[in-house]
Amino acid sequence: MTAQLAAYSTSTGEAFQFWILGTVAVIGALCTILMKRAVHSALCLAGTMIILAVFYLANGAYFLGVVQIVVYTGAIMMLFLFVVMLVGVTAADSLKETIKGQRWLALLCGLGFGVLLIAGIGNASLTEFNGIGQANAGGNVEGVAALLFTKYVFAFEITGALLITAAVGAMVLTHRERTERAKTQRELAVERVRSGKQLPPLPAPGVYARHNAVDIAGLLPDGTPSDLTVSKTLRERGQIRDVSQEALNDLKALEQRSEERLERRAVGPAKFQRPEEASK
Amino acid sequence: MNPVNYLYLAALLFTIGATGVLIRRNAIVVFMCIELMLNACNLAFVAFSRMHGNLDGQIIAFFTMVVAAAEVVVGLAIIVSLFRARHSASVDDASLMKL
Repeated sequence: MTAQLAAYSTSTGEAFQFWILGTVAVIGALCTILMKRAVHSALCLAGTMIILAVFYLANGAYFLGVVQIVVYTGAIMMLFLFVVMLVGVTAADSLKETIKGQRWLALLCGLGFGVLLIAGIGNASLTEFNGIGQANAGGNVEGVAALLFTKYVFAFEITGALLITAAVGAMVLTHRERTERAKTQRELAVERVRSGKQLPPLPAPGVYARHNAVDIAGLLPDGTPSDLTVSKTLRERGQIRDVSQEALNDLKALEQRSEERLERRAVGPAKFQRPEEASK
Repeated sequence: MNPVNYLYLAALLFTIGATGVLIRRNAIVVFMCIELMLNACNLAFVAFSRMHGNLDGQIIAFFTMVVAAAEVVVGLAIIVSLFRARHSASVDDASLMKL
């Protein structure tokens, strides 16, 4: 069968698959390190991981291929995206070098390391291939399970301890103990009235009928943006879009248009007419 | 095609990941590059498993995945608490033990 055939060399189809998907995987990896924004890097890395899952499947590691998709692209990359959202999506990496020439030295080191690694593989005597067909004869999942629960059972048990420790560690790291009692709603209300700064709820963001995104500050009557309208998180990240100039220009244009119109109608009745009514 | 090509690809991906760790300064991206290196190692393990005709390589790759999952959980928790303390995810800002 194909498994037997795959024992000594790979089929043409697999070679085709390797060269196409391998190229995409390398491009994805390069994009991961070259993209300015973390969220783009994460998406490129997710693509590379999916391609690696296909390679696992092609190599006869059916269980690992599925686990790769479920664990890496499903859980780990989503966790990454979650943290990217938490930390700030648009927070781009600063490109200023803190150590002079560090980037070029790093590239040189990487290149040297790559050459060393690839030359090492080239020199190794990897001429014979047994193929996975024999080992997968009783099913890949069954074979992996048989090894996992006999030869590697101790490592498997330790893995459980590791996962528990990691879960507890994550909770300890992100949990913050509250040192004082939480204020009740009543106390908060009294405090707000006493301070007398902002009694009603905060004004909503967005400019009515123009922009209603949450990152656009609402405009005051004189056209200046009011920072009060945008959420504190966005304000801290500096992610507020300012449309005040645009809005002022629009207003100016509108005033000019209405003036033109009024001049034309100065002799007519003073009654206000909407343009579509006037055209009838 | 020679299955050794999978090893070359793994070496290339590992190199790209290592270079990324050196040149990037956003802690999250550095972390992603580490994940890339782990994945490249996994690919090499799977390719070796095929070459030698036994499943031990796949078992090692499986354990690597478990360790990577645990590592990501703790690492991202560290990044989140670092971000809370310093309002930045840059590794340059975390140059002091204490705030």
